[in-house]
Amino acid sequence: MSKTLAPQSATNMAEQNPQGVDPDAVSVSVDVSAAPAEASAAPTAPSPGRTADKVFKICAWSAGILIFLALAAVTIFLILRALPAFTGDPAVRSSALESLSGGRASNFASYVGPLLFGTILIAGLSLLLAFPVSTGIALFITHYAPRKLSTALSSVVDLLAAIPSVIYGLWGALVLVPAITGFWNWVATYLGWIPIFAGPAAAPARSVASVALVLAVMILPIITSVARDIFAQAPRLQQEAALALGATKWETIRLAVLPFARSGLISASMLGLGRALGETMAVLMILSPGFSYSLHILQASTSQTIAANIASQFPEADSMGVAMLVATGLVLFVITFLVNFLARRITGKGVSK
Amino acid sequence: MQTSRGNGMHKPTFARGAAVVTALSLAFGLAACGDNAPASSAISGASGASSVSGADGGPNLQGEFAGSGASSQQSANEAWIADFHASHNQARISYDPAGSGAGVTALLNGSVIWAGSDEPLNAAQLEQSKSTCARGTAFEVPVYVTPIAFAYNLPSVGLNDSGKHLRMEPETIAAIFQGQITRWNDARLARLNPGVGLPDLPITVVHRSDKSGTTKSLFKYLKAAAGPAWPYEPGENWPNNVGQGAKGTAGLVMTLTQAEGTFGYADAAQTSGLGTVAVKVGESYVPASERGVSKMMDKVKYEAQPQGSLRKLVKVDYQTAEPGAYPVLLVSYDIACQAYQRDASGSKAAFAKSWLSYLASEAGQQQAAANAGSVPLTPAIREQVMQSVQAIEAS
Repeated sequence: MSKTLAPQSATNMAEQNPQGVDPDAVSVSVDVSAAPAEASAAPTAPSPGRTADKVFKICAWSAGILIFLALAAVTIFLILRALPAFTGDPAVRSSALESLSGGRASNFASYVGPLLFGTILIAGLSLLLAFPVSTGIALFITHYAPRKLSTALSSVVDLLAAIPSVIYGLWGALVLVPAITGFWNWVATYLGWIPIFAGPAAAPARSVASVALVLAVMILPIITSVARDIFAQAPRLQQEAALALGATKWETIRLAVLPFARSGLISASMLGLGRALGETMAVLMILSPGFSYSLHILQASTSQTIAANIASQFPEADSMGVAMLVATGLVLFVITFLVNFLARRITGKGVSK
Repeated sequence: MQTSRGNGMHKPTFARGAAVVTALSLAFGLAACGDNAPASSAISGASGASSVSGADGGPNLQGEFAGSGASSQQSANEAWIADFHASHNQARISYDPAGSGAGVTALLNGSVIWAGSDEPLNAAQLEQSKSTCARGTAFEVPVYVTPIAFAYNLPSVGLNDSGKHLRMEPETIAAIFQGQITRWNDARLARLNPGVGLPDLPITVVHRSDKSGTTKSLFKYLKAAAGPAWPYEPGENWPNNVGQGAKGTAGLVMTLTQAEGTFGYADAAQTSGLGTVAVKVGESYVPASERGVSKMMDKVKYEAQPQGSLRKLVKVDYQTAEPGAYPVLLVSYDIACQAYQRDASGSKAAFAKSWLSYLASEAGQQQAAANAGSVPLTPAIREQVMQSVQAIEAS
């Protein structure tokens, strides 16, 4: 019955240690030059291992620094390019915004507000749809499926993750939208008394609901594969102990697997959320954009995301228009950072219970 | 040497941050390519100095010549490039349909030789062009005219592509676009279409979700023809929340076909298979057609320009009562310089002159009409364009 565990990526290792130690507290500092062997041994030619060690250390360092450099470069680019949107001539700024919004916004806050709302609404909905399903798939793979099936299923999930978003967008626009229009109509007719399902449903259904559905399918694989690795890591001893005490399969999972996996699941969903927040192509192809703070997800033209808005407005924008669009990109950048930060706070605390 | 490593670097959340950052930077990197035109911008072959004396640079025109701009002209440009290349096989020409705004930006920073634009230059851009061009300002000439059709999808009542056109007044269209008429069997539509079995279906308005010169041309027509019934200032974006938006003409037409009862607008050449509206002009109703647009062009006037200006900006009379004229049209311009900076060999000017001469020739216009469904410019307009093009010279 013993399963070989899926190889763990180093990133996840840091995330879960069953002892409940905050990974941030584990600080590894090895000073190679202070190795006692060097002090006692007679000075000889340095062993080839030492050189390799140095080279590897430099490689690892530069890779780490590279991320910071990339981040800094992007931040600086965004701020520089967005600067005219805040410091330019007020008349030019408001006319650029009116041109971008079809006359519906004349200051930056009222322009970016609905876009931000739409971005968070769509990404949040898709996470809401994808998370339970992903967790279910991951549990099925690790705890229920027979060995052969779970291997096959794992590779199918990884394959799904490799499909580019433009394909999802095409599939959504050409296949899903015409097919699901009738269903959303039915929902609006019979569940319309629930505010978010209020009609009239869009026909064709190029609405927030359809986009959220497609994005949910898109982020499903990434959440599933991370969750699968985490469930596979759950301590076997505790599970066996629970079973020995007469717990059912479900109770075992509830007592010995889910609590252990909590912080990892949050990280997994953040990965998915990040992908949904920044998704451009699929949204652009499926959603009929609008410009409001509306929660009616079945109606046409209620919301638009920041990323899709940049893509649709950029080609025809003049220099001030581009500055405005980059400024909305900066807002998205900041929001993504905040989401990350909150997730890290939660996961930092979430391990020890 | 003693350092403790930042543990944050090992956390998936951070990796995610980096991933998002990379994605964003890629997105913007690509976007940035939009205003830095293709690197192939006219590296004039020093050896191939071509004469600019003739109206045509002749087959000895060589090098790489780039243009950029309106996507509305894309298929016409593909046809033109193919045809032009046949007689100038040393010249490699590219057109990047990045959008009017991006094209004008590329022209102004000197990275392309000509820009296609659905909009004339504004005052600021005109001023800026003085530093780009070696002499005077950049100038616009009309090269591409196409009718914009109001299209609908009503197959169940046999109104699609059947030779029958629903009739509408400009005020009716304005009311539909503002969500005041919401059903196809509305009394205001029935009154204009006696004897047509209009279905009891909701009207789904479909419009462009991206900035578009087509949208702006349409609004100019509505503003002029529907008067107070259309309260919005013409712009490139849709001004209200009525109906649905879709990206690009292709996306719009696709959305039209996906549900019954949709109503939108697109280049007439792209609306095959859908029904199109006959618009009220004077006392009669005129469907979108090449002849209807030609009639409009016969009457065309030009905006007054200061002495010596090469700009040819047409004024379309949207309120025309000319029988048989179809007043909803998109006029797209090409923008070029009279003389170019950094053009020691004269090859940029030679190319611009020969290229625009070809576009304004009868052969060029027929080529676009056959391949892109545009309406050939009338001889009078072509003559006006040629007057400006002839003035292009080496700096």
